[in-house]
Amino acid sequence: MTARDTSADRASGPPPEAPPERPPPGGSGRWDQPSAGWMLPGTTPDSRGRTLVLEAAARLLFPTVLVFSLYLLLEGHYGPGGGFSGGLVAGLAFVLRHIAGSEDPGAPFGIRPPVIAGTGLVIAVLTALAPVVAGDPVLSSTKWYLPLGPFGQVDVVSSLILDVGVYLLIIGVVLDLLRSLGSGIARDARAAGEHLPPGTAGGDR
Amino acid sequence: MLAVVAAHLGLALCLPALARYDRRLAFGAGAALLAATLVWALTQWSEALGPGVTEVVAWAPELGLSLSLRMDALALAMIVLVSGVGALIMVYAAWYFGPRSRDAPRSAALLVTFAGTMLGLVLADDLLTLYVFWELTSLASFLLVGQGGRYRENRRAAVQALVVTVSGGLAMLLGIVLLGGLSGTYAIPEITAAAHAGTLAPDRPLALAAALGLILLGALTKSAQVPFHPWLPYAMAAPTPISAYLHAASMVKAGVVLVARLGPAFAAFGVWWVPVTVLGCVTMVLGGWRALRQTDLKRLLAFGTVSQLGFLMVLFGTGSRVAALAGIAMLLAHGLFKAPLFMVVGAIDKACGTRDLRELCGLGRRRRGLAVLSTLAALSMAGLPPMLGFVGKEAAYEAFLLEGGVRGGLVLAVLVGGSLLTAAYTARFLWGAFSTKGSQPTGGDPVPPGLSGPAWLCALAGLAAGFAAPTVQELAAAYARPLPALGDPGAAQYTLALWHGVGPALLLSVVAVAGGLLLHRSGIPGSLHVRFPAPSAQRGYEAVVTGLERTAIAVTGRLQIGSLPVYLGCILAVLVALPGTMLLVGGAMPGNQQLFHSVMQVPVGLMVVVAALALTRARRRFTAVLLVGAVGYGIGGLFVIDGAPDLALAQFLVETLTLVAFVFVLRRLPAHFAEPDAGRRVRAPKVVTAACGGLLVAGMAVVLSGARTLPPSTTAPFVANAPEAGATNLISAILVDFRALDTIGEITVLLICAAGTAGLVLATRYDRRTDDARTGETVVNSGAGVPEHEKEVLG
Repeated sequence: MTARDTSADRASGPPPEAPPERPPPGGSGRWDQPSAGWMLPGTTPDSRGRTLVLEAAARLLFPTVLVFSLYLLLEGHYGPGGGFSGGLVAGLAFVLRHIAGSEDPGAPFGIRPPVIAGTGLVIAVLTALAPVVAGDPVLSSTKWYLPLGPFGQVDVVSSLILDVGVYLLIIGVVLDLLRSLGSGIARDARAAGEHLPPGTAGGDR
Repeated sequence: MLAVVAAHLGLALCLPALARYDRRLAFGAGAALLAATLVWALTQWSEALGPGVTEVVAWAPELGLSLSLRMDALALAMIVLVSGVGALIMVYAAWYFGPRSRDAPRSAALLVTFAGTMLGLVLADDLLTLYVFWELTSLASFLLVGQGGRYRENRRAAVQALVVTVSGGLAMLLGIVLLGGLSGTYAIPEITAAAHAGTLAPDRPLALAAALGLILLGALTKSAQVPFHPWLPYAMAAPTPISAYLHAASMVKAGVVLVARLGPAFAAFGVWWVPVTVLGCVTMVLGGWRALRQTDLKRLLAFGTVSQLGFLMVLFGTGSRVAALAGIAMLLAHGLFKAPLFMVVGAIDKACGTRDLRELCGLGRRRRGLAVLSTLAALSMAGLPPMLGFVGKEAAYEAFLLEGGVRGGLVLAVLVGGSLLTAAYTARFLWGAFSTKGSQPTGGDPVPPGLSGPAWLCALAGLAAGFAAPTVQELAAAYARPLPALGDPGAAQYTLALWHGVGPALLLSVVAVAGGLLLHRSGIPGSLHVRFPAPSAQRGYEAVVTGLERTAIAVTGRLQIGSLPVYLGCILAVLVALPGTMLLVGGAMPGNQQLFHSVMQVPVGLMVVVAALALTRARRRFTAVLLVGAVGYGIGGLFVIDGAPDLALAQFLVETLTLVAFVFVLRRLPAHFAEPDAGRRVRAPKVVTAACGGLLVAGMAVVLSGARTLPPSTTAPFVANAPEAGATNLISAILVDFRALDTIGEITVLLICAAGTAGLVLATRYDRRTDDARTGETVVNSGAGVPEHEKEVLG
């Protein structure tokens, strides 16, 4: 908020140090890498860009938050939640992974974000069209009762499938944002000679 | 009937695969289906000529949408062209494209698609159904004319055809909706009945006139009437079978069919028959005149088609019985003579490598078969006995002789003049293609039977139809039944026949043909064309297109200047100008405003206000984003206090995600906004705009909430039905059950946004992972500028 900051920012050119080298993909594992590939993606930046606390927290939180998002998805019909909220929570889990150092947080799952989002939309549209096969109007819903033996029975509403579509689509959209606005911009910056560790806000260092 | 249309579209889906296996087999399958359609239609002859065969499938009953098809005399006449001539052209195309052509798989599938949509169009008995098929034919023709898009000429012709016919089609949609609103139905029989009874919007003549004018615009553009005609000659860039099919037999007839379909209802309205007749007359003469100048045989025929379409428009637009009889006869005749002529030109093109009449020489002597065939078809075009064209032309003269009066006399004079030109360009065609003009004879390859056979069949059909005039009369009479004979007993009894004896009509025929031959012999057209170059409508089209581009550049150049304040300012200005004015005019401030409902609202509200105020003082982007986040979280807090956990949850999550996205983008932006000491001239408008926008939104929130006193009436059924939808959470039930269509729409928008963002950011850079064969390692090439990427972009 002072004139000093402004001038410093305007004068900021490419930093003297070279961009950090990325470890060769598929190279020999590092001692601190998790054995399960999905827990934290392989390419974490070396040295300066790393915050070990955040990485550890992300490792612990990521699966937990995903489970919570599934809970929100299933709970949606009875309380706050639903596909939209669940998908956003899951998306935020991926955001955490990204900030903790992953270039491409969806990569270990081997599915590209547009495919996830498209699958979601396809599921939603098919759910909408499915009743037509049975002769009902588009988007009409039904309720199934699944007997689970000694555990009683579970009511499943067909609109839950639509919610699953929304859930997947939102995850896909968030991953796509991370891919484009997150890694994409970071890579643009690197190509321009600026050093931007993933997850930092420019000009606020 | 719907099944037949669907069969076409289904077959079209299979054809590319079939064509990869064998090109000719694919065209053969298409020809077989089209021929079967013709046979199927002819088996229903007597029913179609009587009450008509109808079929209605409900599509969206709540919107008044239904797929209504009806086979009557007019549809039957068009099916003879669309399916009958179409089948012959498919056979012709099999030989024209040859067994190895790259364009064949695409063209075969598209031709069958086109036949299916055209079939739907002529069978449509409901204006909306008609419109759907109408636009489908435009799209199919775009793809056919454009071919693979490899040649600039094809692309340009296709774009022009699409722009002209679809903009006419959109005008027509407006007219259809307007007419549907006036008459309360889209069904053509009901509209016709209302028009006859005089109950069609008697108190709103202006709206009716506008509706009819707009619908006519569609018909006139599609059928290439002046001044929309240039797209048709330009579309001759397409391969010959496609020209023959689209521009002789089917697509350009769509406008004529529309005029013929609605003619019985509206021919009595001046707003209908005046433009149709006047433009039809002008088109007939202008097209014939322009045909006399062409040196490319195909373009000569194309301008001839323009002329004939004008003729057909006049016949169907005037709404008298005899003119309608003549119209049906000419409709059939035109398809049966223009298609073989096009096919002959294609054969000449293949055999001689040119279709320029200045270069062709001595073909008549060496390819006698082609010459006889062409003469047969050309006789019909010029209106000579015993061809169907003669029968139609006689009837046309007779119609306006019987009508008499000023209109009849004027139209008759134009028709005779137009026929004279027709005879002249017919002579020019035959002379140009087959005469011996120079010393260097051209061509000589024999024409394969696959190319000449279909043309022979088509031309002979025109001859046979001339002798079978009573059958054509039966068909035409069924169409003309509802039309008035204009009080003339002679007109009420007139029938199509090959020989009516010597009379004024025959005399006029003789005058037209003899005059045409003389005109061709005299060589006057050439010198006149040089002295008085006709105004080119093509230049008009180009001026419109360039003008649009210029306007677009001027507008974007002034508005899209890359300044966020300007964009936001524009949006806010529109918001203040439109809803703001309405708010000031119509809004009423509710009187019972409470300061707060619960005490907890006070601190949260204060936080929001403080954050918003601080935002205006922020100099750093990051601070500003955080403050926006604070406002958002505060609003989420207000949702919690008011008991809307669902909304609050969504608000918090979206706010967080937005914040993250902002932070990502901020890395590439300067840390600070523009210099704090920017001048008053910059700041003052910003302050005013922002303040107005903010005040407006706040005012709207208060006024609109005051407009509602009780829970909206839709809420109660939602609450009552929620358990049935399996949800105790009403919000969720609304989102995924009651209003699920909205949800699908919204997530589609989200997907488009994400795809757009990714496209913008990643457009020039993406990873290409390749496995290096030598080392077995994965090599990643990133970003723009790698050779693979350049290749990908440049093709």
